[in-house]
Amino acid sequence: MAADPMRIRAQAQGDKAVVRVLMSHEMETGQRKDSAGKTIPAWFIQEVTAAHNGKTVLNAEWGPAVSKNPFLQFTIKGAKAGDKITVNWVDNRGEKRSDEATVT
Amino acid sequence: MVARRLVLERCAQVAGLLAAAGLLPSAARAAWPQAAFDAKNLADAVKALGGSAPVESKDVTLTGPDIAENGAVVPVGCACSLPGLKRLALLVEKNPNTLAAVFDVTDALEPNFSTRVKMGQSSNVFAVAMLGDGKVLYAQKEIKVTLGGCGG
Repeated sequence: MAADPMRIRAQAQGDKAVVRVLMSHEMETGQRKDSAGKTIPAWFIQEVTAAHNGKTVLNAEWGPAVSKNPFLQFTIKGAKAGDKITVNWVDNRGEKRSDEATVT
Repeated sequence: MVARRLVLERCAQVAGLLAAAGLLPSAARAAWPQAAFDAKNLADAVKALGGSAPVESKDVTLTGPDIAENGAVVPVGCACSLPGLKRLALLVEKNPNTLAAVFDVTDALEPNFSTRVKMGQSSNVFAVAMLGDGKVLYAQKEIKVTLGGCGG
């Protein structure tokens, strides 16, 4: 895996868990030009999925307008301390990354 | 003219071949809604996602700053408490491509997401909620940007 690991923090709050994810990605829009005036090709995360104890709970599709090193926060119902949260992403070059965290 | 048309056709054929072979990144993942992300305004993006004409609603909430110092990182959140919610989307009106992110809502999730988006200039930001019965609702908020996020 080329990209750096994601930072995932999942905190139990009552009967749900708030998950915060920081991904490490350039998120190049395809709109910018380099110093030679050539367009820098778009390179961004297209799909994000999250699973709670192996069951997929979130599917998201992103465009290049999401910021560099994307942040994502979502809330899983019925998650408790000790549960496993897995987050995956795929970018438009087909690179992937998957990381796991435990709810605390 | 004829020669030019030929060249164009060839290009299209080559592109088709590349797509068929899975070499073009966008064609490789059909699940990603290319048309929606290419859309230039709210109505087109919603249509490309399979929704009807969006209606403004108080049941959708959009959180974000009134003024963003840095357009490259604008924290925004969307939420909707209505039952039967299928999808939540975030759009920035004046970006080159309006649609920023789409979240598919499942029963296991609270319909509340936050992320950070880029904004090229001050613009209206939309949170769009697509319901199971085909209704499309949205909330909007104007966010002023002091420093654009698309500059080189």
